[in-house]
Amino acid sequence: MVVVLNGKTAELSAEINTVRALLASYSLQEKIVVVERNGEIIDRSLYEQTPIADGDRIEIVHFVGGG
Amino acid sequence: MDTLKIGPYEFRSRLLLGTGKFADLETQGKAVEVSEAEILTFAIRRLNLENPQEPNFLEQLDLKKFTLLPNTAGAYTAEEAVRIARLAKASGLCDMIKVEVIGDPKTLLPDPIGTLEASKILVEEGFIVLTYTNDDPILAKRLQDVGVHAVMPGASPIGSGQGIVNENNLRFIIEDAKVPIIVDAGIGSPADCAKAMELGADGVLLNTAVALADNPVLMAEAMKLGVEAGRKGFLAGRIPKKRYAQASSPVEGMIE
Repeated sequence: MVVVLNGKTAELSAEINTVRALLASYSLQEKIVVVERNGEIIDRSLYEQTPIADGDRIEIVHFVGGG
Repeated sequence: MDTLKIGPYEFRSRLLLGTGKFADLETQGKAVEVSEAEILTFAIRRLNLENPQEPNFLEQLDLKKFTLLPNTAGAYTAEEAVRIARLAKASGLCDMIKVEVIGDPKTLLPDPIGTLEASKILVEEGFIVLTYTNDDPILAKRLQDVGVHAVMPGASPIGSGQGIVNENNLRFIIEDAKVPIIVDAGIGSPADCAKAMELGADGVLLNTAVALADNPVLMAEAMKLGVEAGRKGFLAGRIPKKRYAQASSPVEGMIE
């Protein structure tokens, strides 16, 4: 499956088929991040049931230093 | 007690601190501590997936002690700012947003139209909106008309350290304000903080002047004291300026 992840094309293995699995693949389960899939913010409680499909545009963002 | 009220929130500190550009997390932590700031700004950016476990300042903070003020920095349109604001709120950590819609990459001055549009939408969506704006008294009024919770006029361009370049406009904004006025951007020194507060500003937001000082921790303390001194001076009521001298010692009873 090929998606656009944080602006870059990424090949995901077949078992990474939910937002939760994607976050787990980067060990981000406990991190403060927000996920957007095809322009829609995914609520934390829906990570497990939100599928990732071929061609999705996914953003994983977080808080960084800024003024 | 003299507190700063923004929307439903109340703060003892009138210094808001940005979290960008610090050389290291340890210095930053100490600077934040001595500044006694209660509101900290952050930016929202893509996570670096090549190093997802990179240490992050936010994770080191006791979030019970601070109110987070994410910004929409990087946005050049109202739509982009609204998108960033929604992402920030979805973190579940905060409902405040610093609206920042830039109009020009060289001066980083705000785009007034986009700023107003984004502020209006975010107020309607229930955010506590603090808007970074030009030091334009009319725009400040328009922003208050759409319901922002604080107006944050720049002292001078972001990161420039020029201090307050248009004292007159700031006075106009402050005189007519119905919400807190926080001088944001361009502050270079503790004297700038004191000046802003003496003019009657409700607070000061700064970042670069502390982060890039030779000694950021000491400068953080100096800025805190500058804000406090200026605030007390404002509340105390300064004397009017006179053209000529007025003796401080009695003119009567001189020895002849």
